[in-house]
Amino acid sequence: MRMFDVCIIGGGPAGLKAAIAAGSQGLSVVLMDDADHLGGQLVKQTHMFFGSEQQRAGARGVNIAKELVEQVTSLVNVEVVLCTTALGLYDDLVLTYETEGSYRKLSAKKFIVATGASERMLTFPGNDLPGVYGAGAVQTLMNVYGVKPGNRVLMVGAGNIGLIVSYQLLQAGVEVIAIVEGGPSIGGYLVHASKVRRAGVPILTSHTIKEAVGVNCVEGAIVCELDSQWQPKSGTEQRIDADVICLAVGLSPLTDILWQAECEMVFVPELGGNVAYRDSTMCTSKPHIYVAGDVAGVEEASSAMVEGELAGLCAAKSLGVSGAHLTLQITSARSQLEELRSGPVGDKIRAGLLQAHR
Amino acid sequence: MLRISEHPILTFKHGQQVAFRYDGQELVGYEGETIAAALHAAGVKVLRKSTVLHRPRGFFCAIGTCSSCLMKVNGEPNVRVCVEKLKAGMVIETQQGKGDLREDV
Repeated sequence: MRMFDVCIIGGGPAGLKAAIAAGSQGLSVVLMDDADHLGGQLVKQTHMFFGSEQQRAGARGVNIAKELVEQVTSLVNVEVVLCTTALGLYDDLVLTYETEGSYRKLSAKKFIVATGASERMLTFPGNDLPGVYGAGAVQTLMNVYGVKPGNRVLMVGAGNIGLIVSYQLLQAGVEVIAIVEGGPSIGGYLVHASKVRRAGVPILTSHTIKEAVGVNCVEGAIVCELDSQWQPKSGTEQRIDADVICLAVGLSPLTDILWQAECEMVFVPELGGNVAYRDSTMCTSKPHIYVAGDVAGVEEASSAMVEGELAGLCAAKSLGVSGAHLTLQITSARSQLEELRSGPVGDKIRAGLLQAHR
Repeated sequence: MLRISEHPILTFKHGQQVAFRYDGQELVGYEGETIAAALHAAGVKVLRKSTVLHRPRGFFCAIGTCSSCLMKVNGEPNVRVCVEKLKAGMVIETQQGKGDLREDV
């Protein structure tokens, strides 16, 4: 069985940064991903990032992914395995996984779980019709493969993802009929909302989708207004013709392997659902398992990157790597996270993290 | 036509154009794109029928997580076509039922 110092599960922004951090300390690292490419969902992010210089503000996700992948591949002590799915993580430091149709095992002293998140569904009649797509799926289709999801899109959700994907749809030459948002106000940043509004896309707050209409595929949607108790107001239903209903209603952490490994979990709505308890080093209740990125709480890619770096550095420290430089890097990562989560936009995340920290 | 021809930020580097079969029809797509992307570009949105109520299903997550897009590819059932890459000459079929395990494995 192959042995490594650190095994990282998931090659998105958090996993890549964790691999760079641990790999730069000279540790033997294996970075695995079930996809055939590294970068995770960064590869479809065509918009510019926020944050500060250190978190690559102003850069587009797709370009950040390229740079991180270059850094990872330049580290000879980091082995990358793609098209490989982690299956089970055990207390005797063994990970079982599937690759090329075969079942294998490896061992590592520390594991960093950076599996990301999956899209949430919304319940309404017809939500299983072809044409009801997750916002991430729409991004993959149009930004990675250059295929439009359809011609007329109804966007559900005016958080950052709903707003950004609406704008990206417009860039791809797709009509966005409207954005409906159940809440009384727009959840995402105003800078994104202004861009789609300037392009003439109405954002209907306190509105939701009641039903998808269509026989074999989506042909339209019934939307209606919600009252202050989130109940549909009768008589406000209207039919919108659309061939795509795009759901941007949030993400849930992909925690399967953490449950299987029996990490202590806690349900924190502010973080997107169930997450693992972790300490200030991102270590879970299992001393050999760390978490980073969306699996630890759904946030932006910028914080996922810093969290990955923090987990990688702390895992290295726990393996006996020391020095003033390492301490400095850890302090810097923590203060970057604090900065990213500061102010009113970080209220929710900070409240969530309080419940997940031990 | 659902292919994006012009984009303000992105340029799409497509692989070679290849032919494949979908339920008996000859279609074309680009090598290296996912089967789901090629089918979608060709106007195919219904990828299978649900096993109990036989309702139409398309893709949903496009990253291999949700199992909404399972199809039969070169005789193998339950292939997630949203992550499986297109190759020349592939035979893609709408799957009937849950699919059987191959007996020779």
